[in-house]
Amino acid sequence: MTEKMKWSKLYLFFVFILLYTPIFYLILFSFNEGGTMNHFTGFTLEHYSTVLQDSRLIQIVVQTLLLALLSSLISSIIGTLGAIGIYYVKNVRTQEVLLNANNILLVSPDVIIGSSFLLLFTIVGFQLGFVSVLLAHIAFSIPIVVLMVLPSLEEINPSMLKAAEDLGANGFQILWHVILPNILPGILSGFFMAFTYSLDDFAVTFFVTGNGFTTLAVEIYSRARRGVSLEINALSALLFIASLLLVLGYYYLSIYSRRMKKVKRGVAE
Amino acid sequence: MNKKSTQSTMLFPYVLWLALFVFAPLLLLIYQSLLNIDGQFTIENIVTYFTSATYITMTIQSFIFAGFITAVTLLVSYPAAYVLTRTEHKELWRMLLILPTWINILLKAYAFIGILSQSGPVNEFLETIGIGHQQILFTNFSFILVATYIELPFMMMPIMNAINEIDPSLIKASHDLGANEWETLRNIIIPLSMNGVRSGIQAVFIPSLSLFMLTRLIGGNRVITLGTAIEQHFLVTQNWGMGSTIGIVLVVLMFIVMKLTNNTPTRKRGGR
Repeated sequence: MTEKMKWSKLYLFFVFILLYTPIFYLILFSFNEGGTMNHFTGFTLEHYSTVLQDSRLIQIVVQTLLLALLSSLISSIIGTLGAIGIYYVKNVRTQEVLLNANNILLVSPDVIIGSSFLLLFTIVGFQLGFVSVLLAHIAFSIPIVVLMVLPSLEEINPSMLKAAEDLGANGFQILWHVILPNILPGILSGFFMAFTYSLDDFAVTFFVTGNGFTTLAVEIYSRARRGVSLEINALSALLFIASLLLVLGYYYLSIYSRRMKKVKRGVAE
Repeated sequence: MNKKSTQSTMLFPYVLWLALFVFAPLLLLIYQSLLNIDGQFTIENIVTYFTSATYITMTIQSFIFAGFITAVTLLVSYPAAYVLTRTEHKELWRMLLILPTWINILLKAYAFIGILSQSGPVNEFLETIGIGHQQILFTNFSFILVATYIELPFMMMPIMNAINEIDPSLIKASHDLGANEWETLRNIIIPLSMNGVRSGIQAVFIPSLSLFMLTRLIGGNRVITLGTAIEQHFLVTQNWGMGSTIGIVLVVLMFIVMKLTNNTPTRKRGGR
């Protein structure tokens, strides 16, 4: 039994080492003095200073972050309202149809989303650029927000809504004072997911970006097609640290919201 | 403001989104697939697709690639997910599993350009053990390897969740009734975690049909998936009609896969 446990642990370690090797490989070579990703000749921070001096690259990073922030904010609002709307729909059939429709973009391959959005923007005569990318990102983030918010809506005690109604609250007051505070953890995780979806997307952006606007993923793609440049490695090391912080933030947020839930339950009992 | 009107106000932007960004694009894709390169109404594209050996081979190839990638990820993931659910620091491992998915897919692909290149560490290793240099980058093998690497967490997570959700008393009961570790795994855990396996297959197979950036960066344009073909038609040769036709094929395949795996995220809600 213990022998078996040891082997299985070893396997798990092996899988995780595999999972992290390419990432650490990238980061390691960001310090390489030689210009290649093969032979480590000496330590340097030169590539980091190149990144920091590359004003075009910095601008792209800022654009990408701005895009992620805006799209996750807007999709959180639309998605949350949509989830509440779906929750209120009394007809089970209609609800099911809405939920199935919600899943379409979640399971569609990126190329389908990208190419069909390109068709949409072109036929309407919409100029490709920041706004088209923003709209696309909002569009593919909405369903994930809905999916994250719905479970917390279902956890609301219906008698609370009844009580608010009986005490004379109107629809808006119920929404603002009863529903929203209760589903906040769901909205936050939806926002987070939307944010990462946007940061991570390459394919959809690639289709609808046109010439004027670039995100980091698209920029990395075009640079990587030209060959290895250790500037990308330095950038990826910085991005890795940023994602690490984000993941930790998300982790603490989820622990915090779980603890809050426990506290609330303790009061109710 | 009464309840009814509040409800419809809230649903309005959402329904508008559904109409504009879910249904309209799909309808446009169908419409475009009925236009030839000069914009005339025809079923030429569909006929071309189904009579051309190139397109059919490409589709079958893409299917085989995706199937292979899915199978390998499943084989690697299931044991790992199973072990993971039995460790003490489950949450920490889960975070470690999620973290690589936050690294942009292109950066991961780019890392492999270095690792698999002519004088990269893999070739260096092959050299030392006496096998000698191999062309690894820009082959079918490298495409499958990198795709598997990228899809691994997406297979592991749903399986892990499914195993986690199994009622521990069932496993206890199985042990009490005299089943050993292996019998419990085979008769209790695997059947009860099939939902997770299905979601995993769905989460890996469909994207694997469309990973065009990997075929370009790692497959060196030798591997053509459905996704590569669509991108090629839309952004390079500008034959949108044909691109849309292949897109429709991909959408149909997607629905078939979803029907077969028969597991939409909503199902989980009803089940509980």
